Amino acid sequence: MISHLVIFFSGLLFAVGLGVSQMTQPQKVTGFLNFVDNWDPSLAFVMVGATGIYFVTHQFILRRPAPFLGERFQLPTRREIDRQLILGSALFGIGWGMVGFCPGPALASMVTGNESVLIFVLSMGVGMYAFEVLDVRFSMEPDGGAGILPRDPKTKSS
Amino acid sequence: MENFTPVSAFIGGVTIGTAASLLLLLNGRICGVSGIFGGLLHFKKGESLWRFSFVAGLLSGGVLLLIYHPASVAISIPYSGTTVMLAGLLVGIGTRMGSGCTSGHGICGVSRLAPRSLVATAVFLTCGSLTAIVVNQILEGRV
Repeated sequence: MISHLVIFFSGLLFAVGLGVSQMTQPQKVTGFLNFVDNWDPSLAFVMVGATGIYFVTHQFILRRPAPFLGERFQLPTRREIDRQLILGSALFGIGWGMVGFCPGPALASMVTGNESVLIFVLSMGVGMYAFEVLDVRFSMEPDGGAGILPRDPKTKSS
Repeated sequence: MENFTPVSAFIGGVTIGTAASLLLLLNGRICGVSGIFGGLLHFKKGESLWRFSFVAGLLSGGVLLLIYHPASVAISIPYSGTTVMLAGLLVGIGTRMGSGCTSGHGICGVSRLAPRSLVATAVFLTCGSLTAIVVNQILEGRV
């Protein structure tokens, strides 16, 4: 029970951080990505703050034998730079640049009831589900999908 | 650069990094929102409850913002519903195919100097920039 409360708090803190940094505002994101017109470099400062903290903390945390509330750390172990990593990240980048939403801010701002946000989250869910279905189908083909799609869902990082 | 807000951006970033650290310290997981949310779309014993807790936290954080910092969630999107739908589909498919988004790859993976995440982040930043430039400069936002 306590572990789920703490995970809940982590999600809550994450959303607060998104709000404080205004990453919940799609125009802050597109204002960064569209750097040729009145550039807003704020997103870079969010990344510096977030990666700066995590770069330090994760090194200390991973010295522990296990997390406080779990048996072991579950980190991504894959190393290969494959076609689906590149293609997937490219598709995500295009969708992100179109409107300025990525999954975290979209979910956090869903509670506003804003119609565009709801459409975005719904179609994001459909896209994720569609990929999962295709993933299973391709993986069952004799060539295992020729390595286009992941075969071991446990290794998906995030 | 009149919209530039370096201080609140940095403080918010540190808060996000702290939240991600908390999840690693206590639960031993990478804080990747697309993976956490995507994993909720089909039930799996022992995998669904913690994901649900995190997403519930995200949404509750959204409620806090709505009450105490409403300007941060006063969202107006000038694009058509079709564009928003297409963007959502691409983000959904792309994050699952590429195993991550701005949080899992961009924050956690980059901090860990994970090669896959460094590549993924470079790719989605480049494609995101090109798309935002095409949408806002060439098509003048009329999409």
